Amino acid sequence: MSAPETQNDSGPVPTTGHEWDGIRELDNPLPRWWLWIFYASVVYAIGYWILMPAWPGLTGYTRGVLGKSDRAAVVEQLSELKTQRGQQNARLTQASLQEIESDPKLQAHALAVGQSVFGDNCATCHGVGGIGSKGYANLRDDVWLWGGTLDDIHRTLQYGIRSGHPQARFSQMPAFGRDQILTAAQVGDLTEFVVALSGRPANAAAVQRAAPVYAANCVACHGPEGRGDTLQGAPNLTDKEWLYGSARQDIKAQIHAGRGGVMPAWSGRLDPETVKALAVYVHANAAGQ
Amino acid sequence: MWKNHSKLERHSLLLVLGILLVVSVGGLVEIAPLFFLESTIEKVKGVRPYTPLEQAGRDIYVREGCYVCHSQMIRPLRDEVERYGHYSLAAESMYDHPFQWGSKRTGPDLARVGGKYSDAWHVQHLTDPRAVVPESIMPPYAFLAQKDLKVDDIEARLRTLTRVGVPYTETALKNARADLAAQVDPTLSGASLARYYGEKVNRRDFDGDPERLTEMDALVAYLQMLGTLVDFRTYKADAAENLR
Repeated sequence: MSAPETQNDSGPVPTTGHEWDGIRELDNPLPRWWLWIFYASVVYAIGYWILMPAWPGLTGYTRGVLGKSDRAAVVEQLSELKTQRGQQNARLTQASLQEIESDPKLQAHALAVGQSVFGDNCATCHGVGGIGSKGYANLRDDVWLWGGTLDDIHRTLQYGIRSGHPQARFSQMPAFGRDQILTAAQVGDLTEFVVALSGRPANAAAVQRAAPVYAANCVACHGPEGRGDTLQGAPNLTDKEWLYGSARQDIKAQIHAGRGGVMPAWSGRLDPETVKALAVYVHANAAGQ
Repeated sequence: MWKNHSKLERHSLLLVLGILLVVSVGGLVEIAPLFFLESTIEKVKGVRPYTPLEQAGRDIYVREGCYVCHSQMIRPLRDEVERYGHYSLAAESMYDHPFQWGSKRTGPDLARVGGKYSDAWHVQHLTDPRAVVPESIMPPYAFLAQKDLKVDDIEARLRTLTRVGVPYTETALKNARADLAAQVDPTLSGASLARYYGEKVNRRDFDGDPERLTEMDALVAYLQMLGTLVDFRTYKADAAENLR
């Protein structure tokens, strides 16, 4: 195609030969700066192919001279993190729970780790700071379903409660009402009995009727005086702490359906030292046993 | 030669063909190898197709658009691994059709949420998210617990998945409805379920209402298995074939 030239401010410029109503289409060359960036990026790409993982082949891909790998990098960063967390973290692994608690520096470290891990993993159920809610135990008081010693807490954290882990804490309150072990009237009487156990005014006749029922069905776990048994996760019925509510209807619902909460096992999900730190944190938080 | 490009620029059809040629080279080189490269998907033990109940739950997850706010992809970055656990492997979503990696995290990543909370928590949280997480902005899905799970087409749904390569066997497909029922009812025999999907399958009533099989059962069953299939104690993350 012919490319007649035309004149503009900087000299002769070729045109494409197109002309519409006297308007000519100029054929300016690409700006130099743009062209050089384009060439530079081509060169950069070639360098990148050589240095970084790039080209797929039939059985694998080119790994690149630098041997970069995102997955290797994250492993490295995590181990760096461990080093950064320093001596204390390594000591967490070795020290026993009691040693951690009695060494102020180590304990401070465990509390810091525990607090952040608690926020990420535990607060979702147990509430901010562990204040609990209906169905989720309050971890700030001194009432413990499965024991509140450092070792008890550690074990609960490791294996969970009814979590399906072979070493999980396990017990199952029967659904006395739903499974028709007791009649509705007996469940109603028992409710009054439990209310009386916790030191609140209750229907005396119902309490009297419920006494043999309690002795036959409830004593094995909750004890003759209703003080519970932490080996079986049976709550103390004489205190003011109620996992599923203290109102009559709540107590009745619990006797009827025998709910039991599930706490996941954390031993596979968190590092052993992190679980230890959590145990120390929870124990300290509650001024535990 | 440097002058010939004007031919390309002045014939639109030629230009379109040229563009197609160049773009398809890019696509072929970048995408096609992923389908036959053996190293794309890590060799891991434990990843299996979803059980009928989990697949039904997954369909609800997709239907409700959970992926709009929740990703299922833990990237190999330090902060993510610290918070969510081991980074996601390609193998873990090899039976996902469509995959739920997501690209937006309004809520947290769910790739490893399985086993992190109790069933009761999930039910409570789906029913009223703010009952357990006061600062949550998640909408409530209380209706799931009221809606019976549609089970009559489960075999057809799984059969569809076999068309895109999910290895359900013919007998597993035939048993799908029975397996679905067996997973929510531990009093039924779980032998068939265990044969097709392994011993580790969670079997229980998930929504706290043993009387009914609801969409809540299915969704919670799905959530509770997310990210739990691979045993990372036996996975060699730093082996050369597993690095990317």
